[in-house]
Amino acid sequence: MAVAGVGLAAYTAKSSGLDARALRPPGALNGIDFLSACVRCGLCVEACPYDTLKLATLFEPVTTGTPFFEARSVPCEMCEDIPCQTACPTGAISPDLASIDDAKMGLAVLIDQENCLNYQGLRCDICYQVCPVMDEAITLDIRRNERTGHHAMFIPTVHSDACTGCGKCEQACPLEKEAIKVLPLEIAKGELGHHYRWGWKEKEKAGESLIGEMLELPHGLPSGDTK
Amino acid sequence: MRLPVGARATQVNGFFNAHKYLILRRISQLTILMLFMLGPLAGVWIIKGNLSASLFLETIPMSDPFVLLQSFVAGHIPETTALIGAAIVTLVYFGLGGRVFCSWVCPVNVITDLAHWLRRKLKIRTSTKLSPNIRWYLLLLSLVMPLITGTIIWEQVNPVSLLHRGLIFTMGLGWFLVAAIFMFDFLLVERGWCGHICPMGAFYNALGKKSIVRVDASSRDKCDKCMDCFAVCPEPQILKGPLFGADKGQSSLIDTGDCTNCGRCIDVCSEKVFEIKNRFTR
Repeated sequence: MAVAGVGLAAYTAKSSGLDARALRPPGALNGIDFLSACVRCGLCVEACPYDTLKLATLFEPVTTGTPFFEARSVPCEMCEDIPCQTACPTGAISPDLASIDDAKMGLAVLIDQENCLNYQGLRCDICYQVCPVMDEAITLDIRRNERTGHHAMFIPTVHSDACTGCGKCEQACPLEKEAIKVLPLEIAKGELGHHYRWGWKEKEKAGESLIGEMLELPHGLPSGDTK
Repeated sequence: MRLPVGARATQVNGFFNAHKYLILRRISQLTILMLFMLGPLAGVWIIKGNLSASLFLETIPMSDPFVLLQSFVAGHIPETTALIGAAIVTLVYFGLGGRVFCSWVCPVNVITDLAHWLRRKLKIRTSTKLSPNIRWYLLLLSLVMPLITGTIIWEQVNPVSLLHRGLIFTMGLGWFLVAAIFMFDFLLVERGWCGHICPMGAFYNALGKKSIVRVDASSRDKCDKCMDCFAVCPEPQILKGPLFGADKGQSSLIDTGDCTNCGRCIDVCSEKVFEIKNRFTR
């Protein structure tokens, strides 16, 4: 029985991590909390009008029976009424998500700059155009095109505060393999050291510089002179 | 010459009466499954979801109390919908007999019944001895592990929900698990899965220990000891007392959570020893 327990625990541990290509429905609780709440009933899958959501089967790299979607094949269409959320009987898809625009299913990352057409100076712009939160989640930042010397490049830039992770950009990317991918937040996001502070933000908060406007630093001349 | 199991009952009571509960059970199992499958297959939404949680006619929620209990132990307080659903399901099985789930609803039962039927037809008698208490240890395990892992651990592999979910959505490699259970029951242990291992059965067993609907060997004085009921019963150990314990003062009521109320003993008995009773007015 102990062996069965350990085996079961090992299998769970192995399949508990979400595959990097699998995204949870909008409003889903994070990681382990989702796995304690989701009863794998598929009501969200049946509620989804676009057949976006699927349930993982045995040995798939997503926890057995839990709902997920793959942005490249069928992205989330971001329904205003969030039917998958309404259908969830347990709260695994949390009722706390009030608007679909606040969803955080993942984060789009322009992961392959060497193949992205815009990065070569072309005006593909498709990811920018299809984004449901247009001009907020993805903006086109202008940069000088060093190759031609006299053109501009319009660099698609993702902003994590507005991106819902719906996956429309990934699906629409015209490359053979997408240059922009939506990744689960745990993978896509970095995290600042907890002790670290941005000087200019602290300055704004305090209303003045915390260490004086001009710093007198020692010049370190061998003579010991400071001037 | 000894007649095959159930043949005498067919001679005396006619084919229908000798298979009545078997036919009703298969209709019940198939109807429930079809109602769930009609939605995804034909767009007729009578019931949505699966056995773990569902919504009947867009109004009545149902959820499996066993799965919800695992979720609770894992640290999640479910929303009201799921709680109401679990209360409804609990009440139904509390009355009808917990393991009515096993024999009238569960899709794995069809697989294991087939394995058992084939065993009998092919006269396979070898069976590895296994403690029927494994299910209780597994039930304990499935309710303790979520405490440690924080996830609903048994539902990763539970063949009952896996098969039902798979038939409605997609099965994938889940067929391997179903095939494994079939082979296990067919070749290794008689009534292996349902009678020894399944913790879900154990949960419903506990739930229905004092259920209202019960099989009663009320006419046990007519028993001719043909033993056909023992051959078909998924838990044959429960028959001995109620059938032969009259002189020890044992009740004829099969009053144990082990009984699945499948009614197969009623079918195969040519002497009509058994009947379904309500525990209060019997």
